[in-house]
Amino acid sequence: MRIPAGLLALALPAVLSLGASAHATDLPQAERRSGPAAERHSGYDFMSAETRAMQDDDVANPGMLWVLDGEALWNRPEGPERKSCAACHGNAGVSMSGVAARHPAYDAMRGRPIDLEQRINVCRTQYQRTTPLLYESRDLLALTAFVAHQSRGEPIAVAEEPQTRPFIEAGRRIFEHRQGQLNLSCAQCHNDNWGQRLAGAPIPQAHPTGYPLYRLEWQTLGSIRRRLRECFAGMRAEPYPGDAPEIVDLELFLAWRAKGLPIETPAVRP
Amino acid sequence: MPEPPTPQPSRRVFLRRTAALAAGAVALRPGAKARATPEAMRQAIREVLGEAEAHPGKVTLDIPALVENGNAVPLTVSVESPMSEEDHVKAIHVFNEKNPQPHVISVMLGPRGGRARVATRIKLADSQQVVAIAEISDGSFWSGSADVIVTLAACVEDLQ
Amino acid sequence: MVSVPAKARRGAAIEIKTLISHPMETGYRVGPNGAMIPRDIIRLFTCTYNGEEVFRAELSPAIAANPFLSFFTTALESGTLMFRWTGDGGFEATHTAEIAVE
Repeated sequence: MRIPAGLLALALPAVLSLGASAHATDLPQAERRSGPAAERHSGYDFMSAETRAMQDDDVANPGMLWVLDGEALWNRPEGPERKSCAACHGNAGVSMSGVAARHPAYDAMRGRPIDLEQRINVCRTQYQRTTPLLYESRDLLALTAFVAHQSRGEPIAVAEEPQTRPFIEAGRRIFEHRQGQLNLSCAQCHNDNWGQRLAGAPIPQAHPTGYPLYRLEWQTLGSIRRRLRECFAGMRAEPYPGDAPEIVDLELFLAWRAKGLPIETPAVRP
Repeated sequence: MPEPPTPQPSRRVFLRRTAALAAGAVALRPGAKARATPEAMRQAIREVLGEAEAHPGKVTLDIPALVENGNAVPLTVSVESPMSEEDHVKAIHVFNEKNPQPHVISVMLGPRGGRARVATRIKLADSQQVVAIAEISDGSFWSGSADVIVTLAACVEDLQ
Repeated sequence: MVSVPAKARRGAAIEIKTLISHPMETGYRVGPNGAMIPRDIIRLFTCTYNGEEVFRAELSPAIAANPFLSFFTTALESGTLMFRWTGDGGFEATHTAEIAVE
């Protein structure tokens, strides 16, 4: 599906084709047009060398500040029984390895998949018997970053099985649905036109490999929920409210679509 | 490639150079209107140089020519110097020409500095020139500069 | 967070990298209610080596949030490196690291 002429008319005055740099955007047209299933790249591949260097150096990567905070939270006693995460889960490097790679994951009690932030809050309310952490709060970001960081380097591996399949499909429908004032779907940019430039920046394939991540635009660490809200706003479509299940359906579909790509948390992105 | 600038002699403004100027580099008047002009940068450089001139050379700015987001632009400033007791870099001052105010950072080194190379991340509000002035132990000043194009990533967030 | 080599040869130039959490609010941004968000930045960073100041940086609002600063110093003797950040609103943070110089 080509980008509608209306969007191109909006984007063209702002598009600056400022010379190719040596990475994913240099692939020949045919390869790029066959969609992400054919050739998949993390958003990392579309960044400048300097931003990649920022992600690669743990001392320069601002996201690591939250990972450090998260480690302290992991060991902090909570709730009436003064239980820290470590009290049940011990050494996070061992117990949390692979966990982020498998989320969103099916939760039997809720009868649907939940994402990592929700999983942390389930532990807090059900097992530590304390209050849940607010989305985008510093504590939840830090703890999520710390847990996800334990899967760094491991391939995304969300389960595709009878109980998750309907939710993956629900997420796919959202991804492919033309919506908003521009009548645009996620697929039109991220499947059909990745690698091309929009307003001076290359369009990535939209794989959630590094969340929570440090976005230079935000000057802080942020969650995938925050990024998805911006995607909808950028498309001039209505974002899903608060804790809508559709958000997690979409997260699950994106993770399924990114299967095999390694986790990078905490990633750095422009 | 960095291109050395020369402060315009016709625009020279005589200002007393005081020790407090190093601190004054960030003593911005509260409530001052945002000024974004190359002239403000020249004036700020003049405050450091006093009556001296900066020779182009020795100072290299390593900064991307095109940045994806002006909020965090990696910058490394290197100055050729043996960093010995007799010959070392005393200070490096970095300026910009289009941000609301012209200062970026001032660092004080010395004979124990090891290597005159400092790296940080800076904010650039627009495509512009960044200038670095190095103050050497023999009283001389050297300068280097780089031009940066600043674009913005798409689908940016409004501050509501 | 600070990275300092644990050991160094006497006379070697060692690289020190520092990263600290801070919003570095410039004072030029307009908030959601239309009012200017006040400036809130780190203004000064110093590094002392066995008590003697070997590096000093005066930061401006043009330094990016969560400031990263890397610099060099000569490894002269074993001892303690002390790092100190101060800024608006009484902000102060310190960190120490030991170095063995042979």
